[in-house]
Amino acid sequence: MSLLEVKDLHTSFFTDAGEVKAVNGVSFFLDRGKVLGIVGESGSGKSVTAYSIMQILAGTGKIVSGSIKLDGQELVGAGEKVMKTVRGNRISIIFQDPMTSLNPTYTIGKQLMEAILLHTNRNKKEAWDRAVEMLRLVNVNEPEKRMKQYPFEFSGGMRQRVMIAMALACEPDILIADEPTTALDVTIQAQILELMGTLQKELGMAIIMITHDLGVVAQMCDEVIVMYAGSICEQGTADEIFYNPCHEYTKGLMRSIPTANTAGKKLQPITGTPIDLLNMPEGCPFAPRCDAAMKICIKQRCENMQLNDDHRAACWMNVKRGVEDGSITLEGGADHE
Amino acid sequence: MSEQGNRPLIEVKNLKEYFNINMGMFRTKPLKAVDDVSFSINKGETLGLVGESGCGKTTVGRTILHLYKPTGGEVWYDGKKLETRADIQEFRKKATMVFQDPYSSLNPRMTVSDIIGEPLDIHNLYSTKQERMDRILELMGHVGLNSEHASRYAHEFSGGQRQRIGIARSLAVNPDFIVCDEPVSALDVSIQAQVINMFDELQDKLGLTYLFIAHDLLVVRHISDRIAVMYLGKMVELADAAEIYDRPLHPYSKSLLSAVPVPDPKAARANQRIVLTGDIPSPLNAPSGCPFRTRCRYATEQCAAEIPEFKEVEKGHFVACHRTAEVN
Ligand SMILES: Nc1ncnc2c1ncn2[C@@H]1O[C@H](COP(=O)(O)OP(=O)(O)OP(=O)(O)O)[C@@H](O)[C@H]1O
Ligand SMILES: Nc1ncnc2c1ncn2[C@@H]1O[C@H](COP(=O)(O)OP(=O)(O)OP(=O)(O)O)[C@@H](O)[C@H]1O
Ligand code: SF4
Ligand SMILES: [Mg+2]
Ligand SMILES: [Mg+2]
Repeated sequence: MSLLEVKDLHTSFFTDAGEVKAVNGVSFFLDRGKVLGIVGESGSGKSVTAYSIMQILAGTGKIVSGSIKLDGQELVGAGEKVMKTVRGNRISIIFQDPMTSLNPTYTIGKQLMEAILLHTNRNKKEAWDRAVEMLRLVNVNEPEKRMKQYPFEFSGGMRQRVMIAMALACEPDILIADEPTTALDVTIQAQILELMGTLQKELGMAIIMITHDLGVVAQMCDEVIVMYAGSICEQGTADEIFYNPCHEYTKGLMRSIPTANTAGKKLQPITGTPIDLLNMPEGCPFAPRCDAAMKICIKQRCENMQLNDDHRAACWMNVKRGVEDGSITLEGGADHE
Repeated sequence: MSEQGNRPLIEVKNLKEYFNINMGMFRTKPLKAVDDVSFSINKGETLGLVGESGCGKTTVGRTILHLYKPTGGEVWYDGKKLETRADIQEFRKKATMVFQDPYSSLNPRMTVSDIIGEPLDIHNLYSTKQERMDRILELMGHVGLNSEHASRYAHEFSGGQRQRIGIARSLAVNPDFIVCDEPVSALDVSIQAQVINMFDELQDKLGLTYLFIAHDLLVVRHISDRIAVMYLGKMVELADAAEIYDRPLHPYSKSLLSAVPVPDPKAARANQRIVLTGDIPSPLNAPSGCPFRTRCRYATEQCAAEIPEFKEVEKGHFVACHRTAEVN
């Protein structure tokens, strides 16, 4: 049994314009002490997946179906009382936008201590010490003085580090980090990633790292999920995803990164516009933008197939390749030209 | 990307920009956002500008364009020093800026054609309505927007498209020089690639010169001919893009480059990161001597006593460090 098991998760927003299927059949496992990366285009459902796990969906958002098990315990439908003990104690989240997630009217110290008192067995003095220690760990200088300051007195990067300190101070089993380092400079980012890595090893904490930065994924993650239009299009070990991408979207993503070798050359962006979640096509959601798309891609969605022990992908190209090299035999003669 | 001739279009000499910060009790203190910075950019060249948040990159860009009045130093354009108001006004038609945030830098209540047309109105760059519209459509064509987009509002567009609108606007006055302030930071990788390619194409087509500010070092490496590194208001290193990546000489550049996460798991595992400790000092209380000395592991007494000179140690490679010889 894995620490976290997500099975066929569907989450939608019921808006005036219709049902927005933000998460559309997502499944994955997360083991203790592992780092799972989630990448994918803006709007592909990364944050909504995280909010579904925490059950903190905004507005009209609802988990429509599926299962989320923490240490074997079902969380979907478990009720607010159970979720209150899960949030913070067992699973912490660092939000994408640090500006909106700190209360502007309380000091940094008060907010940190509140979180620590609520989620760990410490008294006030110990909570203060722990808060100072955490601020020091995330490289906020003069932490004792900083405890008495308000969020507006901190720069964006410092606020983000406070959020990280708050999430880590509670020693969760799972840390969900939603774009935790986008507001940070590379040298500070390196310090924070190093700190997360250390805590993950020392405390056996598992991390879900949501990010656009494929460099961060390469550095931190054991496994990677690639999302497109609410679904997982590919998942596997970091090495498999980077060195052997098997979905056309992932391939396009990897091609668009500037590297030392692209200097002076044209980059290769993915052309076209993202899909409208209100009007999902029948076939592969990436087909309208895919250069390799075949007839079947437009008609029918490819299921997420096991390619090897470390790798799954939902792309008809793998079927085509399998048929060509004889490793797959087709029944019923689906046309894939 | 090509260096068309080696004539500098922009020369910046000992540029200073100090902000007066109110300390209460009627006292003010100068915040040295940019302190004695010198460099030049050749015609058709892209100079990348990198460094930590708050080190003064945006202020350098804005001060060159005289959106802030320089506290000290000189800006030269095409071999002529900017002195009079008329010089500056003329310069503003030749030099523009693209802003960081495509979500907040465009007025959501204006149509695309009004946004792009505004600089044309300000600088009186047309004589008939038809001429104005033709120019707007031409600019939209340059950045890959179609004419149907003209009457739509900015908020109806995605981040990448909004950035295109902002770029079309900055091209309206027919500039030679553009300060690009983090133009792709808010965009997702695949859209970022589209916008970077567009900057490239426009440079080839229109012979533009760029000062390209970004914190993503892979992006800067891709687009720049030369790269300048700033720390706490000062320039610490400047060299050819490939040279600075392969052989950074300043201790700060070294740690900066080693901290860049490379999108390659095996290389990431092998990479020896130089993780800096300590926070960035406040520019209000900058350290004496070398600004980097509080975080530098090579610092000596001399580093606290004297400001290191920004000097050319090899052809085209400038560094400000007392210990360049020992460190490398
Ligand atoms: N409150 C909401 N009401 C309606 N739709 C929503 C709401 N929140 C999110 N969505 C939609 O759900 C989809 C997934 O959004 P999500 O925030 O998970 O994307 P993301 O992958 O995290 O993107 P980004 O990289 O930009 O953060 C998007 O299409 C978004 O428009
Ligand atoms: N108008 C202003 N008034 C007072 N101080 C300012 C002003 N603009 C910038 N500063 C200060 O000057 C310093 C340099 O700021 P600047 O915006 O140039 O940094 P930057 O390198 O562009 O940072 P970032 O990467 O975060 O955009 C900072 O300490 C900032 O707080
Ligand atoms: S001058 Fe001294 S403190 Fe500054 S970078 Fe060089 S060695 Fe380090
Ligand atoms: Mg998100
Ligand atoms: Mg800036």
